Amino acid sequence: MSKKVLIVDDEPNIVAALEFLLEKNGYEVKVAVNGVDALEQLDAFRPDLVLLDVMVPRLSGYEVCQRMRTEPRWQAIKIVMLSAKGREVEVSKGMSLGADLYVTKPFSSAELVATIHNLLRPQGA
Amino acid sequence: MKAGGKLALWVAILFAGGAAVPFATGLAVLAVLPAAEHDVVMRVLAERMPLVVFGAMALLALAAVVARWFFAAYVAPVATLAERTRAARSAQAAARVASEGGAELAQLAREIERMAADMRRLRADADARVRESRADLEEERNRLAALMSELVEGVLVCNDEGRVLLYNEQARALLSGEPGSSTVPPVGLGRSIFSLIDREQVVHAIEKLERSRQRGEAAPRTRFVAPTGSGRLVKFEAVPYRGARAELGGIVFTLGDVTGLLEREAQRLAVLQSIATQARAPVANIRAAAENLARYPEMESERQRQFVEIIASESLGLSRSIQGALQAYGEALKASLVLEDMRVLDLLRVAEGRIRAQAAVEVELEPADESLWLAVDSFTFVQALCFLAARLKEDYRVRQVRLRARRADRFVELDLGWRDGVVAHDALVHWEHEPLSVGAQESPLTLRDVLERHGGELWRQRQGPAGEREACFRFLLPAGEPVAAPAFPPAAIESRPEFYDFDLFAHGGTAQDLRARTLGELSYTVFDMETTGLAPSAGDEIISVGAVRIVNGRLLKSEIFEKLVDPRRPLNPDSAKVHGIDARMLEGQPAIEEVLPGFHKFCEDTVLVAHNAAFDMRFLELKQKSAGVRFEQPVLDTLLLSAVAQPGLQDHRLEAIAERLGVPVIGRHTAVGDALLTGEVFLRLLALLRERDIATLGQALDASRETFYARLRY
Repeated sequence: MSKKVLIVDDEPNIVAALEFLLEKNGYEVKVAVNGVDALEQLDAFRPDLVLLDVMVPRLSGYEVCQRMRTEPRWQAIKIVMLSAKGREVEVSKGMSLGADLYVTKPFSSAELVATIHNLLRPQGA
Repeated sequence: MKAGGKLALWVAILFAGGAAVPFATGLAVLAVLPAAEHDVVMRVLAERMPLVVFGAMALLALAAVVARWFFAAYVAPVATLAERTRAARSAQAAARVASEGGAELAQLAREIERMAADMRRLRADADARVRESRADLEEERNRLAALMSELVEGVLVCNDEGRVLLYNEQARALLSGEPGSSTVPPVGLGRSIFSLIDREQVVHAIEKLERSRQRGEAAPRTRFVAPTGSGRLVKFEAVPYRGARAELGGIVFTLGDVTGLLEREAQRLAVLQSIATQARAPVANIRAAAENLARYPEMESERQRQFVEIIASESLGLSRSIQGALQAYGEALKASLVLEDMRVLDLLRVAEGRIRAQAAVEVELEPADESLWLAVDSFTFVQALCFLAARLKEDYRVRQVRLRARRADRFVELDLGWRDGVVAHDALVHWEHEPLSVGAQESPLTLRDVLERHGGELWRQRQGPAGEREACFRFLLPAGEPVAAPAFPPAAIESRPEFYDFDLFAHGGTAQDLRARTLGELSYTVFDMETTGLAPSAGDEIISVGAVRIVNGRLLKSEIFEKLVDPRRPLNPDSAKVHGIDARMLEGQPAIEEVLPGFHKFCEDTVLVAHNAAFDMRFLELKQKSAGVRFEQPVLDTLLLSAVAQPGLQDHRLEAIAERLGVPVIGRHTAVGDALLTGEVFLRLLALLRERDIATLGQALDASRETFYARLRY
């Protein structure tokens, strides 16, 4: 069964590229365009990994991340935060709030896919 | 006239007076008597001649007795009394004024004695008051000097002529760097500030201050940034002080080093510049390629691949340059002029007090690492902490917060924690954009603004075993750099009070003819040189120059010029025994041509003083041309001045004079040691010269010349 990735971002250009790339690599992809939408999709779509942009409307990526990490049923979902803010303090904040990875824009799409692949590999494999 | 002569005169006068009455009466009677009776009287008188002579003798004796008594009782005692009165006037302790003369004189003496006692009392009072106020003044000055030397900032005060009245070591270091440098003008009392700071800057500052005053501003101040001789970029803050009649008395400058800050500011601009320029070309290329691809979807696959290639490679380059620029920007961000480096522990202590007072929340302060520093705008940051504490109390009934900090790589984690409340996860989301108002204290800033200003982040962090009830708000802030406590040698403490001289306030203009100025008010450079030998014209060279300044009658031991000089010729081993300088010490030292310009600056506006000055001046004259300077100042010679002050003595060697005048002879035969000794001797000689009515420079120069010729003849 293919792994599921939820993309949370409100920039259509990057969403289009990521969606295309992840589908090409065999993932099942869904898109949420704001924080509230993202939380709803967690239960509806049950993703294995969330690509979470920090600057999304309604609920920020940090808040979505923080809520996911306080909710036991979402503990297993991997979180990769994406941000155009690349300062170290923001990276630290993301990691402290429970992200598995914090990737700053611009990034190499091929490397991102490889990273996602690594995160979703079954433990010990 | 001698007392004996006076007495004889008085006896004669008394006798003449006493004799005149019967004699004149006799003559008058004889004149009116008829001739017959006249003869009878004459005959009777002739017969009684011995009686007449006896009468005259008796009269003379009486006159002598009266005169002697009068002299003993009233004349001589008056002179004695006058002498005793004089003695009583100049005596420190009670001196008895009495008279062995007549009763009236004795009474007068008692009155004088009473008056002398009154006068002594008054004088003692006045002395005590003077001593007291002098001690107060001295104490105040020392306190001021101590305060000044403790300050991290440089402080320099000048009068309205631009003469330096006061400075501290920090100001000196910022303005002229290494002491004794030959290229940088030295900082010194009484020296002109215009050689240290660009004249235009100072004039402009004075104008601005004057305008502020005219507008009626209560506390005018102005600031400017200027490069200084030490190669630093210094921020000057100028505040005027008023003279006795509210005119501009002078300016107090506060100096701070902003070299680093401005460098970082420039760096920041460069980063922005580079992002802007480096991004243009790749963006243009990507855009052109992308537009082609979009407009001509049917283009041949080879061309299509080429454009795609362009976009891929250009975006990669663009990514890299932005990444690089942002990394540099992260460093440059700390350049913000509102952030200052502060010890975290100090910041937390301030916050502790403010949170208690303003938010009425108890604070527990965990001990923080002493070596932890933050780049912080402490006022707004403490405000932010206060705000958070107040909101925690209002919305979640938190009664006690905990403050703690620890290092996290290049950052500092600062936690505001609590144990007794469940705080909603999104509490911060709402608070982040509210104004930081606590009670009545309003602020236009939000928590977000404060974080932006500090380049920091904030989130709610769970911690501890108590789970939800024990959590904290965590600030992540860029660490600051420790501000080094100024490392000045403790030896400076002793010489502290020399860094200021308020008597210079009273100084008049400098344009007066130097010759007419009194010796006490002039500034001097006392100097000495060690040489390879005694014959400058035969190729002997200077190997060290030492000098010290005298300003307002004070030897400024902290304003010293001291340089070793490479003589560019071998040293005579015998001379090394005198001055203790060997060839190795002179290796790599500057040549005299490099040293003299610095020495020339050091001597500016002063009278030169040296012992046996002719010797030193001869060396200077031979060297000044190649060094491109001229020593045109008047020169005083302590050897000649000593001969003027103590003409009866023959030995005017420096040690001999020093011993006679009670100056301890120490540290001889180094240039500075000798200059210091000469300076001490010179100051004592000035006192002796005053007693000989040599008060002005002109008089001292003339007297020196005379005694010089006198000695030649001798």
